[in-house]
Amino acid sequence: MSTDLIPINPVEPFLRSERMPHIWCPGCGIGTTVNCFTRALIESKVDLKNLAIVSGIGCTGRVAGYTNLDSFHTTHGRAIPFATGLKLANPKLNVVVYSGDGDLFAIGGNHLIHAARRNVDLKVICVNNLIYAMTGGQTAPTTPGNVITSTAPYGTYDPAFNLPYLVEAAGAVYVARWTTFHVRQLAKSMQEMFAKKGFGFIEVLSPCPTLYQRRNKMGDGLDAMKDYKRNSKIRPGCPTSEVGLVKEGEIIVGKFVDREKPEYLDMMKAHFSQQLGERYIQPSSCEEFCSEEVPQCSL
Amino acid sequence: MPQTADPVGVLSGNHFIDGDHAACEGAIAAGARFSSGYPITPSTEIVERFAQRAPMIGGTFIQMEDELAASITLQGAVWAGVKAFTVTSGPGFSLMMEHIGYAAMTETPCVFFDVQRGGPSTGLPTLAAQADMMQVRWGSHGDYDIIALCPNSPQECFDLAIKAFNYSEQYRVPVFVMMDEVVGHMTEKVVIPPADQIEVEPRHFTTKSKAEFLLFKPDENGVPEMAKAGDGYNIHVTGLTHDERGYPDMTPPTQDKLVKRLLSKIRNNAEKIWLYEEDRIEGADVVVVSYGITSRVAQRAIEMARAEGIAVGKFRLITAWPFPDKPLRKIAENIKAFVVPELNLGQMVREVERCAGGKAKTIHVPHAGGSVHRPEEILAAIREAVR
Amino acid sequence: MPKGAVSIVVERCKACGFCVEFCPTHVLALSSAFNSKGYHPPHAVAPEKCSGCDLCGMFCPDFAIYGYRFPKKTGDAVETKEADDATDR
Repeated sequence: MSTDLIPINPVEPFLRSERMPHIWCPGCGIGTTVNCFTRALIESKVDLKNLAIVSGIGCTGRVAGYTNLDSFHTTHGRAIPFATGLKLANPKLNVVVYSGDGDLFAIGGNHLIHAARRNVDLKVICVNNLIYAMTGGQTAPTTPGNVITSTAPYGTYDPAFNLPYLVEAAGAVYVARWTTFHVRQLAKSMQEMFAKKGFGFIEVLSPCPTLYQRRNKMGDGLDAMKDYKRNSKIRPGCPTSEVGLVKEGEIIVGKFVDREKPEYLDMMKAHFSQQLGERYIQPSSCEEFCSEEVPQCSL
Repeated sequence: MPQTADPVGVLSGNHFIDGDHAACEGAIAAGARFSSGYPITPSTEIVERFAQRAPMIGGTFIQMEDELAASITLQGAVWAGVKAFTVTSGPGFSLMMEHIGYAAMTETPCVFFDVQRGGPSTGLPTLAAQADMMQVRWGSHGDYDIIALCPNSPQECFDLAIKAFNYSEQYRVPVFVMMDEVVGHMTEKVVIPPADQIEVEPRHFTTKSKAEFLLFKPDENGVPEMAKAGDGYNIHVTGLTHDERGYPDMTPPTQDKLVKRLLSKIRNNAEKIWLYEEDRIEGADVVVVSYGITSRVAQRAIEMARAEGIAVGKFRLITAWPFPDKPLRKIAENIKAFVVPELNLGQMVREVERCAGGKAKTIHVPHAGGSVHRPEEILAAIREAVR
Repeated sequence: MPKGAVSIVVERCKACGFCVEFCPTHVLALSSAFNSKGYHPPHAVAPEKCSGCDLCGMFCPDFAIYGYRFPKKTGDAVETKEADDATDR
């Protein structure tokens, strides 16, 4: 039978195949999110040459190393400021930040809220497995209460962040949450986010079978996926204040925020044009990016 | 293959400005078009000036939320293809250490200005010290090597800023301009030459094809060629121990090869990197080794000592790291003693002592910081050296 | 008549079970064969039910399986690749 009748796996050109198989555990959902990511890139017809992916440290942080794009595996918590530097210095680049909940919201929390405040044109994909997986399963700021972790051997007792709520408050223009069960919706949401200028954020709940699931006797990755299927409620436009997570509770998913705000580089260009007129010289890579109609910034 | 400066950034002519301002102009003349900063006394003026100049020279400035961000945002800009820098002082420098290690490990060409002030901790925000000299060399974890330059005047702040950018591109390494609060805040004449007289090292972007190019494969000089995002090379940059492709390879043989090369690319080229000023070393009994603002005071002490008939030579460190051990070892063979005044309680003197190798005495003239030495203190040490 | 088929990269599979569970037409089951790491990869037990929807490919965290639709023009059946025939990419 002729092999050219069989199309290749759409994800394959996006992988550094010589590095397969990857290090993620059986039943971990990170790879699933990468499938959605590649489908979204294909559908969006994004110029892959000008796409850069930046990640931090952690299991999700390894995504950069496996993707066949200009990829940057940076320091813990600092993917967003590195991405900001890439974007500001070459606005033609489409910059995706792909990192985990601990990396983006604990050590990286400050950078996340400032980038959202500025509305820098970055696309943040946060794989939330509710734990610090790479280092062996410590408590994360997203770990719900009463969960056993390696640094909370009697169970957690402190409150967890509600990521969509936080990111909306910080200023993001696109906020959504899906799980690794919602593969089609996730791919579509990523596609939507890529088409929208400004700080976009998608939280993806993903199983961590080896640490989170196992330590809490919740089965394996497949059990987590069935849990997502059973407990998820799709509520587009739900107020983000209401989407907090509790252990084994309801998971509200959907697109919560999709709003218009001036983007950082547009604001910068508008402001300098206004203040300096003819004397303003844009960086040469800026001209094609900044939109001609620059909305009035609401400062 | 150096080029000359882009005239757009160069304010040729005579200026009466302070060291911080001169440093900013030096960075701009060198081709820096991006800075991510965070304010900290006494370095803030460098980025304040850049914030003002940037929109008129095609540059970008962003004030980040902390030094952790500032020190990595500039590296993102470097990988997007521009020359970038940040500025700081003691407490901020400490925060930047992880990212200095990242720049060294990923061989990211960039420049950091540390305008040193009294420490430790919050210390003396508005007063000089030279107590970060060991930190600049060893501050981040692991084995790596860097280049550090010490200006002693606003003119040198301008000149050495350009040198720093040039070295960073030549050796794909972070380079440090170690100023101090006095040099940063003193106002003197600074001559900015015409742009076509300023030598600027362009980034060594590869011209190899995607199939051939390896982002971390060294050329004959031990330094790999550079690339940037958006050129279709699908580069991968990581702080993990990596192979020549840049892919993580966390094994002892790769570690050995990589880390040794990070050191050797500086050490094997040290003679080309050393900058120092010598005066009357021949026939000297004692040589004063100093740097930065202390060298200005030492100059006076040396003149006073010579007036008393003491054969005293001067060795001014301009490159602090890699330390110019070879010339100093040679000098040690022919003199009685080194005198090392510095605004700290014992940093570069350790290097001098190491080079002296017991052949010459080393007399330290420490100072906890907050002001500069009086020439008499250094003169006393010179007298003691020849006793 | 299957509308599509799956292609499996046996050596990448870690037997997580997502594809088996979430295939809408229950084409797959974990086989008794195993790869060099000791995992049991899936195989098509009901290939005639395959629609080529590629949900298995979307779910697979290891990029070890994907589905594809047969081109509509050709009326010829194309054999499904069994797990032990799959090329290791």
